[in-house]
Amino acid sequence: MRPVILFTLLLLLTVASLLLSLTSGTIAITWQELLAVISGTHSGNELTGQVLMELRWPRTLAAFTSGALLALAGGLMQVLLRNPLADPYVLGISGGAATGALLAMLSGLGSVWLHGSAFGGALLSMLLVFGLSHGAGSWTTSRLLLTGIVIAAGWGAVIGLLLAISPEQGLRGMLFWLMGDLSNAPMPLGSLPVLLFGLLAAVAIGRSLNILAHGEQTAGALGISVKPLRSFIYLLASLLTATAVTLAGSVGFVGLVVPHMLRLLGMRDHRLLLPAASLLGGSLLVCADTLARTLLAPRQLPVGILTALIGVPVFLILLHHSRSLHGEER
Amino acid sequence: MSLLSTQALHVSIGTTKVCRDLELKINSGDRWCVLGRNGSGKTTLLHTLAGLRPPESGTIIAGNRALHKLPRKSAAQQIGLLFQDHADAFPASVLETVLTGRHPWLGPLQWESSQDLCLAKSALQAVGLGEMESRMVNTLSGGERRRVGIACLLTQDPQLLLLDEPTNHLDIHHQVRMLELLKQQVSNSRKALLLVIHDINLAVRYCNRFLLLFGEGESLQGNADAVLSRDNLERLYQHPLQAIQGPQATYWLPQ
Repeated sequence: MRPVILFTLLLLLTVASLLLSLTSGTIAITWQELLAVISGTHSGNELTGQVLMELRWPRTLAAFTSGALLALAGGLMQVLLRNPLADPYVLGISGGAATGALLAMLSGLGSVWLHGSAFGGALLSMLLVFGLSHGAGSWTTSRLLLTGIVIAAGWGAVIGLLLAISPEQGLRGMLFWLMGDLSNAPMPLGSLPVLLFGLLAAVAIGRSLNILAHGEQTAGALGISVKPLRSFIYLLASLLTATAVTLAGSVGFVGLVVPHMLRLLGMRDHRLLLPAASLLGGSLLVCADTLARTLLAPRQLPVGILTALIGVPVFLILLHHSRSLHGEER
Repeated sequence: MSLLSTQALHVSIGTTKVCRDLELKINSGDRWCVLGRNGSGKTTLLHTLAGLRPPESGTIIAGNRALHKLPRKSAAQQIGLLFQDHADAFPASVLETVLTGRHPWLGPLQWESSQDLCLAKSALQAVGLGEMESRMVNTLSGGERRRVGIACLLTQDPQLLLLDEPTNHLDIHHQVRMLELLKQQVSNSRKALLLVIHDINLAVRYCNRFLLLFGEGESLQGNADAVLSRDNLERLYQHPLQAIQGPQATYWLPQ
């Protein structure tokens, strides 16, 4: 598919998903009311305006931001590790964040502490992996991957321990957080700038990423200083992941699958692929969160379940119909 | 002035000594060939000359500056390297892969211009893959992928071309065609090349300077008449050889 067409479709999808999320919920809001509230001419029900501006708008924006962050981070990690199976969590960032978040819940701290503690855990994990993988020897891709996976496994054990010792009434909230949950997400005032910075940085190093995908030695021979670039990608992807996890918990699947969906549609240049992945990841998470709020309303589901439920069939259909993995360009 | 020269160059990898006190001068128009047994460090030497790994000691001068002080980008404008094999982790088309050769010439945020596209396409024509630009590289045969690598190097357009077994995977027609193409490139635009190859007869046909790596750091260099004697070659490969006098050159066959 031509990039212009694909980007137009993605922008339409983004707008449609935002509108869908804003208008649906336990209180149905019509398009006319939505327009009236946005343009400031709404005069009717006070509640509509309040629900829209104080509940749905922040949550929708948080969903979009975290989805976009995860898809972007996933695309970066896949190039960094030159492994199509890599996702933002493969190096243990979400484990560190989850440990931080669960500790905050366990000690009964408020949501500000929860977010701060999750972010702290993510940063700790990121520095731990970065430092340990440098070690005595050289910083190779497989060394980084192994260090990350082992640290992720370590966090997994700590999370299990925390779940086992926490009292019954706290378990539900913890499980929701672990599956990804947007019901406590604040207005993403800090995360949006991180997303914008990440996008600009990713586009700026996009051409180098295209070359890094052909191997580090090839990149070196084509004039790329591989070591600084690799550290930069690692730190950037980790920061994006930490921000996303802090916002929405460990939402799975988005970071792994969204970059591949676009690759299957024939988008391979990372200067286009990564911005496109942000739009698609954001929209996917907004749609998933809308369903999570409305499917069994008034009960809410963890959004992470829905991302997988939507993502799995879409991905499999694309994979089935695509020839670009193993043949001529579409 | 030489394109690349080394002074008292020591290169080693692990416990293998590749070369000791190597004084190499690569001038434009030179077509160097490195011969040596498996594991004698030919690839390591190539990577060192490209600036991808530091030498144990000694200096490499590229143009008029020390290679290790040269920014990677300017080094890549002067020296290009064809690796022994290619790694493609993600789908990429033939044209996209060849276009990566323009990287050293583009600014950080600059996109490939139509001129870059022209260069890439004519390089693909030159290696006989003009019709295949939209194929995915992972669907190519080994020989076709090899020619994509050579096209990428031509698109990079460095003054010095280092080639690690460029004829790998190529049939005899393409072996001759690619070496002919590289020879033309060198003579037409004042470039130089240094290649690693295991076929002595192809080397004799296309190269005019030879570097023999005997192992233990011992090396020998010169033109064909000076270094390609039966004694030297038999010592190099530790295998008895037979010389056959042809109309234009002496051909070497293993016994």
